Amino acid sequence: MSAVMPTEPAASSAAMRRTKSISERLHYLWYLSRRSPLTLVGAAIILLVLIMIIAAPVVAPYNPDKVSLTARLLPPSAAHWFGTDEVGRDLFSRVIYGARASCGAAFMIVLISMSVGVLIGCFSGVVGGPVDTAIMRLMDVVLALPALVLAMALAAALGPSLFNSMLAVAIVRIPAYVRLARGQTLSLREQVFVKASRTFGASPFYILRWHILPNAMSPIIVQATLDLGGVVLIAAALSFIGLGAQPPTSEWGALVSSGRSYMLDQWWYATFPGLAILVTAMGCNLVGDGIRDMLDPRLRGR
Amino acid sequence: MAITRIIIPRLILLLFVVLGVAVITFTISHLIPGDPARMIAGDRASAETLENVRRNLGLDRPVVEQFTIYIGNLLQGDLGTSLRTNRPVAADIRTFLPATLELGTVALFIAICLGVPLGVLSAVYKDGPIDQIARTVSVCGISMPVFWFGLILIYLFYAKFQILPGSGRLAMGIVAPERITGFLLIDSLLQGRFDAFCSAVYHIILPGFVLAFANMGVITRQIRASMLDVLQEDYIRTARASGLRKGMIVFNYALRNALIPSITLLGLALGDLLYGAVLTETIFAWPGMGTYVVTSIQTLDFPAIMGFTIVASIGYVLINLLVDLAYMLADPQIREV
Repeated sequence: MSAVMPTEPAASSAAMRRTKSISERLHYLWYLSRRSPLTLVGAAIILLVLIMIIAAPVVAPYNPDKVSLTARLLPPSAAHWFGTDEVGRDLFSRVIYGARASCGAAFMIVLISMSVGVLIGCFSGVVGGPVDTAIMRLMDVVLALPALVLAMALAAALGPSLFNSMLAVAIVRIPAYVRLARGQTLSLREQVFVKASRTFGASPFYILRWHILPNAMSPIIVQATLDLGGVVLIAAALSFIGLGAQPPTSEWGALVSSGRSYMLDQWWYATFPGLAILVTAMGCNLVGDGIRDMLDPRLRGR
Repeated sequence: MAITRIIIPRLILLLFVVLGVAVITFTISHLIPGDPARMIAGDRASAETLENVRRNLGLDRPVVEQFTIYIGNLLQGDLGTSLRTNRPVAADIRTFLPATLELGTVALFIAICLGVPLGVLSAVYKDGPIDQIARTVSVCGISMPVFWFGLILIYLFYAKFQILPGSGRLAMGIVAPERITGFLLIDSLLQGRFDAFCSAVYHIILPGFVLAFANMGVITRQIRASMLDVLQEDYIRTARASGLRKGMIVFNYALRNALIPSITLLGLALGDLLYGAVLTETIFAWPGMGTYVVTSIQTLDFPAIMGFTIVASIGYVLINLLVDLAYMLADPQIREV
């Protein structure tokens, strides 16, 4: 009994501290969102886009690929909110379906570059030595180059398609994550709990999986959220210059590109898909900024 | 000397970067699906012609030897021959580069002139209505698809209100001034051609603003963040306590120190500027590197695409090196370490 006694209150207070810190965090989140209404706006936008992606067949009033030659290039009206294109497809429906290609591509780009980058970064940090040096110098070289020009060259070489442009952008985005993950790994490696685990004979893989990765993730996730907005723009831009999604696909960049030749007389064709790009990128940036401010202790006091 | 200790590793990195780009572009141009020899000779060429083309291009030699030749050519400034224009890529780039530089310089100038004051105001009146507006504008800038913004402005100012031209560098009927620097704004003034100068100014307003807008957002955000840092410093409080005027404190004390971390940002902004320029030029039919590379992409002109990649990368790295040097010179803390 006397042996258990002192541990019990300690354990319960630890649990209490934990729940308190969670409720504190929630409260803090609420407080911050109220203080920065822009973050809330961003979150609302992302929610809207998610609904568009998941429920496109329900939300879209028409089939996005249904051609109707009698309804060519109609201006926005109650029947066609965003007007119609040169073969009479409903642009509102095409923009809604376009969210799948555009945001899906952006999400995949961030996911690929994050996973590969974190893998390489953690590996490099754990292994150390000449391998680490070689990997990091290589990343320095890639980071020193203008990422977009490189992505354009890569996408052009791979051949124009949505998948190839995704791959190209993902590749040039990898080094940023490698650097971040490696830095996290290096600082975590020296922490007492990691050293203790090593003393108990845990394998490097075990340490990486259960001690380093979970602790390294939060700055990486912030980076990924902030990246998302930029990547939506880049993916759309590559489609616009003809390197990404090809015309019959509903993709925002490709829609702006095909609407471009009608700009002077049928302004709605290019305007609405572009507006979708702007609003989505803005939502991602606002939320990314919000999360960063929340996690950055330097900014908390302000 | 601290500066040499910082510069020498950077120069070594530069060497690797150039080599890296060469490896990347070489790999890419050998990774092209399809046969470059067939692309040049055309679909209906005989086997014999193909073999000749292949030999002329050196495609029948071992890869390592091809790479050595490639590097050798690069070192002599030979970027290959464009498949589309049939001219050396280096000559093409020399033709188109000044237009891009001119557009980029004007855009950077506009971005700084608008972004810095906006960032300062935003920080000084933090959380007030001015701050909210400035932050919204800067988020808009950062999230703006450049190609779409250009189209919208062309629609409004060219088609609708008809107050600004929507494409090109000069109005039709105006003879371009003789090429000295390639910058129309400078060349026309040097030759006293005020008609050409006015027309050039008139034509650069829209693309310049479109390209500036995104960078303005980044600059505003950076200046705001570093101003907020600086405004918290003790010496600012001291200055305020001594009864200095607010404007004096903000501009002479705070802004000077807030600008230092922003210099690094300038180098990074150039990357955005380069990519934005490619899109802006396409929209405004601006005869620069961007239009050149997009046309090359659309016609699968690989020597031109790779030449552009090499020149752009090396330029970007060099400018970033210069920016870092400027940073060191501006920050006495680093200078004296």
